[in-house]
Amino acid sequence: MSEALTELGTQLELKRADCVLSWDIAFGELNVDVAPSNLVEFVDFLKSNQSCRFSTLVDITAVDYPERAKRFDVVYHFLSMYQNQRIRLRVSIREDEMVPSIVGVHPSANWFEREVFDMFGILFTGHPDLRRILTDYGFRGYPLRKDFPTTGYTEVRYDEAEKRVVYEPVNLVQEYRQFDFMSPWEGANYILPGDEKKEAK
Amino acid sequence: MMDGGKGFEDALTGEQKIRNFNINFGPQHPAAHGVLRLVLELDGEIVERCDPHIGLLHRGTEKLMESRTYLQNLPYFDRLDYVAPMNQEHAWCLAIERLTGVEVPRRASLIRVLYSEIGRILNHLLNVTTQAMDVGALTPPLWGFEEREKLMIFYERACGARLHAAYFRPGGVHQDLPDALLDDIEAWSHSFPKVLDDIDGLLTENRIFKQRNCDIGVVTEEEILQYGFSGVMVRGSGLAWDLRRAQPYECYDEFDFQVPVGKNGDCYDRYLCRMEEMRQSISIIRQAIAKLRDCPGDVLARGKLTPPKRGDMKTSMESLIHHFKLYTEGFHVPAGEVYAAVEAPKGEFGVYLVADGTNKPYRSKIRAPGYLHLQAMDHVARGHQLADVAAIIGTMDVVFGEIDR
Repeated sequence: MSEALTELGTQLELKRADCVLSWDIAFGELNVDVAPSNLVEFVDFLKSNQSCRFSTLVDITAVDYPERAKRFDVVYHFLSMYQNQRIRLRVSIREDEMVPSIVGVHPSANWFEREVFDMFGILFTGHPDLRRILTDYGFRGYPLRKDFPTTGYTEVRYDEAEKRVVYEPVNLVQEYRQFDFMSPWEGANYILPGDEKKEAK
Repeated sequence: MMDGGKGFEDALTGEQKIRNFNINFGPQHPAAHGVLRLVLELDGEIVERCDPHIGLLHRGTEKLMESRTYLQNLPYFDRLDYVAPMNQEHAWCLAIERLTGVEVPRRASLIRVLYSEIGRILNHLLNVTTQAMDVGALTPPLWGFEEREKLMIFYERACGARLHAAYFRPGGVHQDLPDALLDDIEAWSHSFPKVLDDIDGLLTENRIFKQRNCDIGVVTEEEILQYGFSGVMVRGSGLAWDLRRAQPYECYDEFDFQVPVGKNGDCYDRYLCRMEEMRQSISIIRQAIAKLRDCPGDVLARGKLTPPKRGDMKTSMESLIHHFKLYTEGFHVPAGEVYAAVEAPKGEFGVYLVADGTNKPYRSKIRAPGYLHLQAMDHVARGHQLADVAAIIGTMDVVFGEIDR
């Protein structure tokens, strides 16, 4: 399995040197980094080339790394039912960049791209209908970004007086519990309560 | 105005006055299988456009998972496709095991296969019978649910919960199965084909059922690739694609089973595929039970991922510390990213897991088969009659727990 993937990786790099930035095999899966500008062309190549035939789009998603300059990784998974292989493409983009839509090549990308837009706020150029998909009508913010709080900003309840559902700013009865599992033996670099007295001496 | 009219129209001819009619199908409709809202544009009774509005059951599972440990995240998977809970857990466990390199003991592997197949029957029983109800038959769900009840009792006897099992754990399964349970599952596997034949007799050659399903929602090979279908939606059209066979995970490669395929790719062939898959699952269940009887042993790969044995915990200090740390801090997963997929009853269910070396997943994406199937609704339902929409939703096998996540 691994040799076949290595072969495929070298093949892709040879044939499409302009598209493939780098590739590696990790945990038995082939990862290919692609530049956003060449994405559509490369996906089309993967789909139509006889030795690839990655004709099924399995998934599109994104990962947020707020500390990086290129903040988002947009991740594409493809499957070839004919070669029985999988491939993962990664496209790194900045927050203000847009990704070309691959709906023209894979119609199934439609909802996936809508979902990535909904959850991360990444815009896809050339998408026919880039609406929010999973969140509420009129929702604001991009929930899967790391800087979006898990509780969200608004909450809804049924108002008996107004006889309708009302939106209100979220009101937490208790602090949201984020546990810190760092231990002083494994790299926690803050001062534990009580230890500050040691410095004072 | 619902018909899209824009005011004064007296001067139009009779023909011009006819406009397409927009209707809302659901979210409270028995044939919508949950909380689906379809905005249908109808020309008479013909569907011109179909816009599914999803997300009414969105619970933010992926966001929640980022702030919980790997073990705490496991029960979320039961709540995705709540018709066959353990198959989802399986994908999560496989992803973690791939990243940590943990080898599952053989007995645990066999138990997983056994319960995955029970899950498949649970799902197909629900789907086949409720789809029959959508097209007008009332008896099949009554018969089917009786068997589902028995299967849920097998779930309960294995893990204590009828639905939200949390039974598959990274590194194995939570507890061993008692011998009596194996005997009972085997006895059931001999009585169940009779029930299946009864349902078969009710539906397969039923005139109304065939009229409502044959040549409805035909899916070609080209459309399968375009819309990313998987599972029965692929096999109904004649492609023998099954992850259990094509990319064997667990120990499926040592089981003897057939992959049923349809010919025409319509709703009726998908129904036939599901019926035959249930028979194949029965055969796998029997094989798994026979193998389990010859294979005693531990059901958890003892190590960092799994709790120590109860006896050890009570006598050894290190085990007690390990137990405490496992259920508070949880285990750490080395950095990396994997995509693990299983052949869930509805199709390819996958988890894309990005780990950063801590005790919580950095990002986990759940890839639900129903999401893609429902996406193609507009394409498949176009040109069909309004009544066929219910039949198509039925055979697409959508469950909103997994679509909305």
